[in-house]
Amino acid sequence: MAFALALLLLVIGSVAFHLWSPWYLTPLASNWGLIDATIDLTFWVTGFVFVAVNLFMVWCVIRYRYDKNRRAEYQPENKKLEWWLTGLTSLGVAAMLAPGLFVWGAFVTVPDDAHEFEAIGQQWHWSYRFPGEDGTFGTVASRFISDANPFGMNPEDPNGQDDVLVANSEVHLPIDQPVKANLRAKDVLHNFAVAQFRVKMDLVPGHVTYLWFTPTKLGEYEVLCEELCGIGHHTMRGMVVIDTQEDFDTWLAQQPTYADILARIPGDAVAGQAVYAVCSACHGAQGEGNPILNSPKTAGQEPWYLRRQLAYFKNGTRGAHPEDIYGRQMAPMAATLVDDAAVENVIAYIQTLPDTPAQATIVGDLDNGERLWRTCGACHGVNGQGIQALNAPRLAGVNDWYLATQLRNFKTGVRGAHSGDAYGIQMRLMANVLKTDQAVDDVVAYINTLPGPAVTEQQLSLNTRID
Amino acid sequence: MVQAAHDATSFVAPLEVEEEELYHAKTFIGKYIWSQDAKVIAIQYAVTAIAIGLVALVLSVIMRLQLGFPDTFDFITPSNYLQFVTMHGMIMVIYLLTALFLGGFGNYLIPLMCGARDMVFPYVNMVSYWVYLAAVLLLVASFFVPGGPTGAGWTLYPPQAISPGTPGADAGIIMMLVSLALFIVGFTMGGLNYVVTVLQARTRGMTLMRLPLTIWGIFMATVLALLAFPALFVSAIMMTLDRLLGTSFFMPAMVSMGEQTAYDGGSPILFQHLFWFFGHPEVYIVALPAFGIVSDLLATHARKCIFGYRMMVWAIVAIGALSFVVWAHHMYVSGMNPYFGFFFATTTLIIAVPTAIKVYNWVLTLWRGNIRLTVPMLFAIGFIFTFINGGLTGLFLGNVTVDLPLSDTYFVVAHFHMVMAVSPILVVFGAIYHWYPKITGRMLNDTLGKAHFWITFIGTYTIYYPMHYLGFEGLPRRYYAYGDTAFMSDSAQALNSFITVAACIVAVAQILFIWNLISSLRNGKPSGPNPWEATTLEWQTPDTPPKHGNFGENLPLVYRWAYDYSVPGAVEDFIPQNVPPEDVPTARTDDPTAAPAEGQPA
Amino acid sequence: MSVTLVFMAVLMGMVAFWLLRHTINVRPWAAESRGNLINSNIQLPATKIALGVFMAVVASLFSLFISAYSIRMSLADWRPMPEPDLLWVNTGILVLASVALQWAWNAANKGRMEIVKRAMSIAGALTVAFVLGQYLAWEQLIATGYFMTANPANAFFFLLTGLHALHLFGGLVAWYRTSARLWRGVGETAEIAKIRLNVELCAVYWHFLLVIWLILFSLMLNT
Repeated sequence: MAFALALLLLVIGSVAFHLWSPWYLTPLASNWGLIDATIDLTFWVTGFVFVAVNLFMVWCVIRYRYDKNRRAEYQPENKKLEWWLTGLTSLGVAAMLAPGLFVWGAFVTVPDDAHEFEAIGQQWHWSYRFPGEDGTFGTVASRFISDANPFGMNPEDPNGQDDVLVANSEVHLPIDQPVKANLRAKDVLHNFAVAQFRVKMDLVPGHVTYLWFTPTKLGEYEVLCEELCGIGHHTMRGMVVIDTQEDFDTWLAQQPTYADILARIPGDAVAGQAVYAVCSACHGAQGEGNPILNSPKTAGQEPWYLRRQLAYFKNGTRGAHPEDIYGRQMAPMAATLVDDAAVENVIAYIQTLPDTPAQATIVGDLDNGERLWRTCGACHGVNGQGIQALNAPRLAGVNDWYLATQLRNFKTGVRGAHSGDAYGIQMRLMANVLKTDQAVDDVVAYINTLPGPAVTEQQLSLNTRID
Repeated sequence: MVQAAHDATSFVAPLEVEEEELYHAKTFIGKYIWSQDAKVIAIQYAVTAIAIGLVALVLSVIMRLQLGFPDTFDFITPSNYLQFVTMHGMIMVIYLLTALFLGGFGNYLIPLMCGARDMVFPYVNMVSYWVYLAAVLLLVASFFVPGGPTGAGWTLYPPQAISPGTPGADAGIIMMLVSLALFIVGFTMGGLNYVVTVLQARTRGMTLMRLPLTIWGIFMATVLALLAFPALFVSAIMMTLDRLLGTSFFMPAMVSMGEQTAYDGGSPILFQHLFWFFGHPEVYIVALPAFGIVSDLLATHARKCIFGYRMMVWAIVAIGALSFVVWAHHMYVSGMNPYFGFFFATTTLIIAVPTAIKVYNWVLTLWRGNIRLTVPMLFAIGFIFTFINGGLTGLFLGNVTVDLPLSDTYFVVAHFHMVMAVSPILVVFGAIYHWYPKITGRMLNDTLGKAHFWITFIGTYTIYYPMHYLGFEGLPRRYYAYGDTAFMSDSAQALNSFITVAACIVAVAQILFIWNLISSLRNGKPSGPNPWEATTLEWQTPDTPPKHGNFGENLPLVYRWAYDYSVPGAVEDFIPQNVPPEDVPTARTDDPTAAPAEGQPA
Repeated sequence: MSVTLVFMAVLMGMVAFWLLRHTINVRPWAAESRGNLINSNIQLPATKIALGVFMAVVASLFSLFISAYSIRMSLADWRPMPEPDLLWVNTGILVLASVALQWAWNAANKGRMEIVKRAMSIAGALTVAFVLGQYLAWEQLIATGYFMTANPANAFFFLLTGLHALHLFGGLVAWYRTSARLWRGVGETAEIAKIRLNVELCAVYWHFLLVIWLILFSLMLNT
C-alpha cells in the first residue's frame, strides 16, 4: 500500500513539477517556434502515456496485492489486446515523428535569401568572418593558419581580400534576416549553440558544417560550445548581438577586412620612445615596473596583448570598475595615446626594452601551485610563455604581485566582467579554480619558478629558498 | 511422485551428445581462484565489477560536489573534473554494467537455467575473466601515470582525445584504448561460451520457447556485444595508431595550441560512426539482460505467467536487430550529412514500439496477478517506473527536431542515466536480492533491503527527474562551472546543489547494500532451495548453493515453460519446469490424467 | 558504413529468421508429457558452433574496417598505393594452403591419416610462407618510402594485412595443436573422430581467412 502510494505521489509530483517548474525553455528569439511546438506535442503524447501506464500500474499493485486465498489469473497472452496496444503505440509514435521530420526538413533547407557568415571555433575561442562586398568567401586552409594569419586565409585568393574578419568572440547580426552560419573548426570538435535560437551544430575540423536561423528579437545572446573540447570547454563563450539593420551595417563597416589587416603599418619604435615618456613615469624607463606605484612590468610583454589591453583601457572595457583603483589610474593615461599609430609606436618601443625577470615577492606552497598550474598552463603554455593563438598572454617573468591582484580581480569580477572584454568570462571562470587566497599565492609562487626568457640562476635559487 | 521421473525404465538421456567432462579441481586455488566453474567465475566477475563500480560511484560524487558547490572544493580542477567524468562513464557502462550482466549474471544463470553442467568451454571461460581483470587493472593504473587518466569524455572523440589541451592525452588515452581492447578480447571469449552454451547445451525438453526470458535477454545481448564490440576495437586500434605512429585515420589537418600538426585529411566523424555503431548496441547490451531478468522477477513475485511471452521474445529479437540501424541518432548535430537525420529518426522511433510492448507486458503481468511485494519485486516495479520515464524522454532525443535544442544538455545526461543507469541498476539490485539465496544459501536482510530500496529508488528519481529541466533551460553537459549567462537562472544553481545532496545520500546508502551482502553471508536466515517458490531450473538443484556440475547425478528434464504460476487445477501456485504433467498434484485427485497445464489464451 | 549495414542486415536477418522459424508456431505454455521430450539443441559439436560464431565476429570486424576504408577513401587526400607484385604470389600461396587443408579434410573423412599428415604439413608450411611473404611486401613498401604515415591507403594496407596475419597466427595455434595430436598417434576411434573434427575446423577457418584476404586484396587493388 505504501509502495503504491509512493508511486502515485511520484506520478503526481512529476506532473506538478512539470507544470510549475521555474526551469524551462528560455524565451525564443528566433524563427524556430516550430521546434518548441514539436516539443510541446511530444510532451502531450509522452505525458499521457506516462500518467496512464503508471496509474494503471499503481492500481494493479493495490488491487492485486498478495492474498494467500486468491490465485492469479492464468493468461499467457491476449493477442487482441497486444495488437491494439501495438497499433495505438505506433500511432502515437507516428504522431510525434511526422512533425519532427517536417521541421527537420525545414532545418536542413537553407532559404535562398539567407545571408552567410562564418563562425570559427578553436580551443577556446570564437571568431567570425563575413564574405564582404563581393558576397563570396575567400578560400581558407588549415596550413595557412599562423599567428599572423589566424583565419587561415589564402593570400592568393582575390575573393578573400574583402572578407571581413572579426577576431573577437562577439558578432553582430541583423534582425529578421535569415542567416546561414557556416561552421569551421581549427583544432578539435566544437559546437555552436545559442539557447535562445534553439538550433546547434558541431564544428568539425576538416569539414564545413552549417545551420540557419532568423533572429527575431534584439538583444545579446551567449554562444556556448556544447561539444567537449578540452580543459577550457566550459569557458568557450561567444556573444551574438542582434541589431537593427542600420546598427548592424555600422558595426560591420568598423570591422577590418583581410586587405585592411595586410595593409597595417608596423609601429615605429623611435617614434614610440617619445610617447613612452608618459608611461615611464610609473612603469619605469626600462619598462621594469614599480611595485610602489602598483605599475607592472611592461618589458617583455607581447605586442598583441599590449594592443588589446591598451584598447580596453581606452574604450572603458578595463579600468572602469569602481573597485579597480589602479585600473582607473591607467585608463586616462591610455587615453593619451591619440590614435592607432601612437599605440603601435609605443608597443614597438616596448619591444626594444630589456626583459629582466621581475623580483619574486610572494611565497606559497610550490607543490600545490604546480598542481593548480596545470589548468593555467593549458592556455598560457606549460612554461608560462604565453600562446598568442590561444589569446593567452605570457605570465613567466611578470610581477607576481600584479598576477595575484589580477587573479583576485578576475575572481571578484573587478576585471573581466565588462561585456566588451571578450576573454574576460574565460579568465573569470578559470580564476575560480583557485578557491582560496592561499591557492592564488601558491600558483603565483609557482609561476615565479617558471623559466622566463632571461631568468637568472640567482632568481631560481631565490625561489627555491622560498620553497 | 517426482522420483518417478528417474525410474530406470522411463530414463531419457538429457542430451543427444556425450556430456562434457568437467575439470574438478582439488586445491583451494583451483576451486576458487583459477576456477573453471562458471558459478565461481560469475562471482569473480561480479565482485570485480562491483568493486570498480564503487570507484566510479565515488567519482560521480566528486563531480556532483563540483557541480553543486562550484566554488568550494579546492582539489577538483577542470582537468580532474573531465577525467572523473570520463572514467565514471566508461567504468559504469563497460566495466560495471556489461561485465556484471553478461560476465556475472550470464555465467551464473545460463548453465543453471538451461539445465547444463557448466559452460561448454570452461577453460576459455576462466581465461575470459582473467583478461577482464587485466583490463580493469590497466584502467585503474592509468590514474597513477603522469598526466593521469584520459579526460576526453567517455566517447573519446578525436581529435580532442589525443590532442594537447585534453588531460591524459599522453599516456592516459593509450592505456584506456589498450584496456578497452583487452576487455573486448576477454569478452569475446566469454561471449562465445554464452552463445554456444545456449544453442547447444540445453537439457532435453528445454526448447527455445521454454527458456526463461532472462536467458533470452542475456543471449541476445551477447550476440549484440559479439558483433558490436569489434567496432570499438577497430576505432581503438585506429586511434592508437593515429596517436603513436602519426597516421591520419581520424585526424584532420589542424592547428593545435597554435602549432601546425603533421596530420592531414582524416575524418573525426568516421570515428563517431564507428564508436556509435558499437555505442548504440551497447545500450541494449545493458538493457536486454535487464529486460529479461525483470520479466522473470515480475512473473515469480506476481505469481503469474509473464504476459505475452512470445511477443516478449520477439520484442527482444526485434530490439536487438534494430539496434544496429539507429546509431547515428547520437550524431544528429555532429555535422554528418544532415539528411541522415530523416532515416535515423525514423528507425529510432520505430524501435520505441517493441520497447513499449515490453513495458505493457510487464504491467499486464501485474494485472490480475497476486503480487508479493518482496524486496526483489519492489526493485522490479521501481524499474518499470524509471524505465517508462527514461524511455519516454528517449522519444524527445530520438526525434531529430526535438534533439536540436536538447542535445548536449543536461536533458541528455538525465535521460541516459534514467534509462541506462538507474533502470538497469535497479534490476541488478533486484536480481541480487532474488538470487542471493541460491548463491549463498542464505536470505538477505529484509529490513536493510527495504531501506536500501526506498533510498535508492526515491533518491535517484529526485536526482534525475529535475535534471531534465536543467537541460530544457539549456545547461550544457560536461561543464566544470557555468558562470553567468542570461538564460540560466540563478535558481538553477540551487537545483544543482539539491541534486548533489540527493546524490550523496543515494551514494552513502549503498553502504547498506554492501553491508547486507557481507553480513548476510553469516547471519542471513537459511533460505532452503527455493525460497521464492519459483519454477526455473536453478531453484530445483539438489544442493543450495549448487555444487560444481550444478545438478548432481542427472540433468533435469524440462516438461514446461518457465512461467507455470497459478496454473488452474494445480495445488501449488507454481509448477517447476522439471515436473512432468503426470506428476502435478491437482486438487481433483480423482482425475490425475487431466493435464492441467494446458493454459488457453483468451 | 553501408558495407557494415548490409552485413549486419544479412546477419541479423539470418538470426531473426532462424529464431522465428523455431518460435513462430510454438505454444510455449503447453506442457509436454514424459516420453515426448525432444532435444532441440543444434546437433553439432560445440567447437563447430563456436567457430561459426567466431567467424561472424571476425567478419563483423573486417566489414567495419572495409566501411572505414571506404569512408576514408572518399576524402580528398586519398592517394592509391603501389601494390607490390609480391602480393599476387602470396595470394597464390594462401590459395594453395587452403587447398592443402581441404585435401587433409577429405583424407580425414576417409580415415587415411598418413595423407592427412602430409597435407597438414604442406598447409602449415604454405601458411608460414604466406605470412613471411606479407612481411617481405611490408619491407618492400617501407624501403620505397611507403610507411603508414605516407598516405591513408598505406596505413590501411599495413593495418589490414597485419590484422589478417594475426588471425592466421591464431589459426596456426589450432593447426599446431591438431598436428601434435595427429603425430602423437591415432589409435582409438574417439581420437580419430576428434582429429577429423579439428582438421575440418582448420580447413573451414583457412577458407574463411582466404575469402577475407581475397576481399581485402581486391579492395586494395581497385582503389
